[in-house]
Amino acid sequence: MEAAWDIASVLFQVWLSIVVGLIMLPAMFGVSLGFTDLYIKVLVKTLEWATRRIQRGQNEQPTLPSQSANGIIEKDDGSMEEEIGELRRSHPKSLAGVDFTLCDVFYFWKKGIENIVEDQVTQRFTSEELVSWNLLTRTNNNFCYISVRVTIMWGLGVFIRYCILLPLRITLAAIGLSWLVIGTTLVGFLPNSNVKNSLSDLVHITCYRICARGLSATIRYHNKENRPQKGGICVANHTSPIDIVILANDGCYAMVGQVHGGLMGVIQRSMVRSCPHVWFERSEMKDRTTVANRLKDHIADKTKLPILIFPEGTCINNTSVMMFKKGSFEIGGTIYPVAIKYDPQFGDAFWNSAKYNMVSYILRMMTSWAIVCNVWYLPPMSQQNGEDAVQFANRVKSAIANQGGLVDLSWDGGLKRAKVKESYKEEQQKMYSSMIVGTDCHENSVGPT
Amino acid sequence: MRCFDVTRRSVPASLMKLYKSVILNKQIHQPPMLIEHKHTHAVNILQLFTISTAHIIRLHDRFKELDTERRGYLCPQDFGAIKGLAINPIGDRIIGAFFSPGRETVDFYTFVKILAHFRPADNIRPKESSSPEPINSRTNKLKFVFQMYDLDKDGKISRIDLLKALRGMLEMQVTEEQLDSIVDRTIQEADLDGDDAISFEEFRKSLEKVNIDHKMSIRFLR
Repeated sequence: MEAAWDIASVLFQVWLSIVVGLIMLPAMFGVSLGFTDLYIKVLVKTLEWATRRIQRGQNEQPTLPSQSANGIIEKDDGSMEEEIGELRRSHPKSLAGVDFTLCDVFYFWKKGIENIVEDQVTQRFTSEELVSWNLLTRTNNNFCYISVRVTIMWGLGVFIRYCILLPLRITLAAIGLSWLVIGTTLVGFLPNSNVKNSLSDLVHITCYRICARGLSATIRYHNKENRPQKGGICVANHTSPIDIVILANDGCYAMVGQVHGGLMGVIQRSMVRSCPHVWFERSEMKDRTTVANRLKDHIADKTKLPILIFPEGTCINNTSVMMFKKGSFEIGGTIYPVAIKYDPQFGDAFWNSAKYNMVSYILRMMTSWAIVCNVWYLPPMSQQNGEDAVQFANRVKSAIANQGGLVDLSWDGGLKRAKVKESYKEEQQKMYSSMIVGTDCHENSVGPT
Repeated sequence: MRCFDVTRRSVPASLMKLYKSVILNKQIHQPPMLIEHKHTHAVNILQLFTISTAHIIRLHDRFKELDTERRGYLCPQDFGAIKGLAINPIGDRIIGAFFSPGRETVDFYTFVKILAHFRPADNIRPKESSSPEPINSRTNKLKFVFQMYDLDKDGKISRIDLLKALRGMLEMQVTEEQLDSIVDRTIQEADLDGDDAISFEEFRKSLEKVNIDHKMSIRFLR
């Protein structure tokens, strides 16, 4: 028995020293020893091999399919006017300006049936479907048994992910979070000064770097010259709580959010000791003016870190960007848009909060292959004259969608749980009726038919 | 990516079953391919509607997705939850197409049957005059839409039918007079035999130049 304990403790010490020496310390200094890159390369080769084998098994062309466009059905992207115009092309143009044709209804039928088969909105709240299997059981939608070799590879994958990577990642995450709490509390004892600020930044960044290693995250930052500056607002598309770790690896931000209890609460309270974050009580969140004022005060102080906000308000599955809530865009101040795009091949980062709670989500993250993502910093934007908050928000949203290769939707992310407002239906009716009867002045100029 | 050829060459079936049930830990859902239909004994959906297996599985996944309470059938509220459909001016009418008169539920068979109208036309069709026209032929697509207009089911689209249809589409956006003039003009243009209503033939004639197959078909990408 004694011998067993000795061996166990020796193993544990070896394990810890490996973790600290090879992973944590380089992470703290922002140095990469190249293990993760090597791992990703090997992984990519393996997945390509698996794809080819699967395709061969199905007697298909052995090509690597690129991540296809959104959706399983072909859709015409034209507007209502264009589509109905095309339908009416063969119909003689009516002279009296009253323009209804029986074929108009085909447009609405097609759109309706398209929505029944595949809904543009609901599909954004479930994980993206992969084009080829990535050897994770969770993405196996009706892929059935393919061949012995692929199964062996899958089994090996399960072993590596659950028995080797998972304990490693949990250790790192634990170290990272405890370091954050301890470090920020210690820094909090210092008097306010530049030293305090730089130490606080250091603590935050090293902790987030350790956490990122804890997820095997490979992040590529583009256009670093556009990085958010102090006194600005950083705005990004939201896919999961991990977005914060991703962004904070390359800069320090002031977080905005609701006060939680439990572990989150402990972390929040200690973070706010070392540098000012903006945490709201639940009751305060209802009052939009309070929220806006506090944010305004924060950005007015140029020594404070840029605020990080996710204007969608909810997690979307990283195939599209949904409506940005205008609240963050009414505060004034420069907006620094950031686009985040995850590579779904290595692990699905989307948090489906209806299906998984936070703990199961984190476990799923830690048992994926890796988190690989690209972050683009876009040039800063400000509200222009004559532009209202909603238009400004849409402009920023389009820029982010464009950069990240995401679909730009104007649907509200809140539709995850809510019904569509009647006003949207009326808008569609208005659009169609203007095609039929034209605008009011046009109608008046038409004589009796 | 979907694979349906379950028989692999050298692996015994029992091992495969074990793999599926235990290791994959999921039940591979078989869609109800063979369903006892009320009026026929056993109908094979594949044969009836010539939809490929892959697409049937997709539709079945979608059916299950819409059936949030897992009852095995859909009701009007399930359709109403589809956001894009909720803002469609003829959304209610589309939903109504799925429910036969008097019924409050849609099973998978009916779901597929209605959607089968929107399959693109097959390029190669056997020219046997004895086989019935497929459900997604041009004529059947037109008939489907015609039946949606012809609410009183008298085989003709009368003024009242058209008025109701347009009122449903436009609700408050047009006045009574505008609506009347639109209906008058439309019937005037399409009505060839002067009975102040549009029969199916007149309907078909007025739309002969429209590419129905393109405009009334849903194409699966994968």
